[in-house]
Amino acid sequence: MKGIEAFKELAHLLKNEPTVLANGYISREFFNVTDRKENFYMIGSMGLASSIGLGVALAQPERKTLILDGDGNVLMSMGTLAMIAACAPKNLIHIVIDNEVYESTGSQRTLSHEIKLEEVAKSAGYKQALRVTRPEEIRPAYEKLVQAEGPVFLLIKVEPAFDASQGRVTHTPEEIRDRFMESIVG
Amino acid sequence: MLSSKIFVDKLQGHGFDFFTGVPCSLLSGLIAELEADREAGYIPSVREDAGVGLCAGAYMGGKRPVLLMQNSGFGYSLNAFTSLNLIYKIPVLVIMSWRGCGGKDAPEHIIMGDINEQLLKTSGMEYAVLDENNADQVLSTALKKIKDEKVPYTLLVKKGLFDERH
Ligand SMILES: Cc1ncc(C[n+]2csc(CCOP(=O)(O)OP(=O)(O)O)c2C)c(N)n1
Ligand SMILES: [Mg+2]
Repeated sequence: MKGIEAFKELAHLLKNEPTVLANGYISREFFNVTDRKENFYMIGSMGLASSIGLGVALAQPERKTLILDGDGNVLMSMGTLAMIAACAPKNLIHIVIDNEVYESTGSQRTLSHEIKLEEVAKSAGYKQALRVTRPEEIRPAYEKLVQAEGPVFLLIKVEPAFDASQGRVTHTPEEIRDRFMESIVG
Repeated sequence: MLSSKIFVDKLQGHGFDFFTGVPCSLLSGLIAELEADREAGYIPSVREDAGVGLCAGAYMGGKRPVLLMQNSGFGYSLNAFTSLNLIYKIPVLVIMSWRGCGGKDAPEHIIMGDINEQLLKTSGMEYAVLDENNADQVLSTALKKIKDEKVPYTLLVKKGLFDERH
């Protein structure tokens, strides 16, 4: 499956959940699929989508909160998996788009071909961690996890297939923050 | 000396309600107070940059966060400050121990101790040096920066300022 297929599936499933997106192609591609005000597009600070998402989830315990992460981003901040597991926010869903490469910088390989990130998350103490490889598996997996007590982890294996002709996020960082905060705290 | 207990009360009195950090012995009294205070709900961060991310998320979720770190952690979090907080305008109060201040410390702290203020300045991070008598004043400046300009504000803490527990 291509990343964009995964994003299109996910876009149908999302409601008004604050969603923190990893930097690079993940933010860019999801922006082109569905530009919601609940999307926090991270443009720099590689590795921090997970800690930002954790902060939102802890500050807003009644709101389901999503992290849309990349394998390279997760590997850069593996300690944050432990923080998430230890803080155990019931409302947090951590989704990883795993293409086994740093696609945004030219598809250099990461370590996620050898290292199963969902097993790392499970060992860290996430309540559940699932891996899917086909688009039709996304909906049932997501629906199962969204009803479960968090933190939960969903790894979506994709092939590197970003269409580089897609535009970049057009909002400025401050606009991204304002829209995002407006959608959370009004 | 500044009492950790009193300073934590001041922080909470100024509306700070989310606390995380990576320890430094100079901040051990503060962290002990925060850990003992269930209201404060101190969260141990694994790295300072993860703490920056955590505080950024908490801020956007409606909290007023404080991040405690040794200045060595400033090196680790520089990219987080410059490519997250300073461009999105996401404020946080940073309480940073100034190891190596005046060149008297273990070897690993000397260079950062020497460039600490310069590095804050060059990276556009506003700061004040906390002392025994200026706590209220620097906290109201910090709050103003946080509310009006939405930028991080750092308080530098020298050795011996707080009652240390280690
Ligand atoms: C600290 C830091 N190092 C390197 C980069 C360059 N960089 C931007 S995106 C990216 C790859 C992210 O990988 P992954 O999370 O797997 O997402 P993908 O690009 O595969 O979608 C890299 C290395 C950066 N932005 N910041
Ligand atoms: Mg990748």
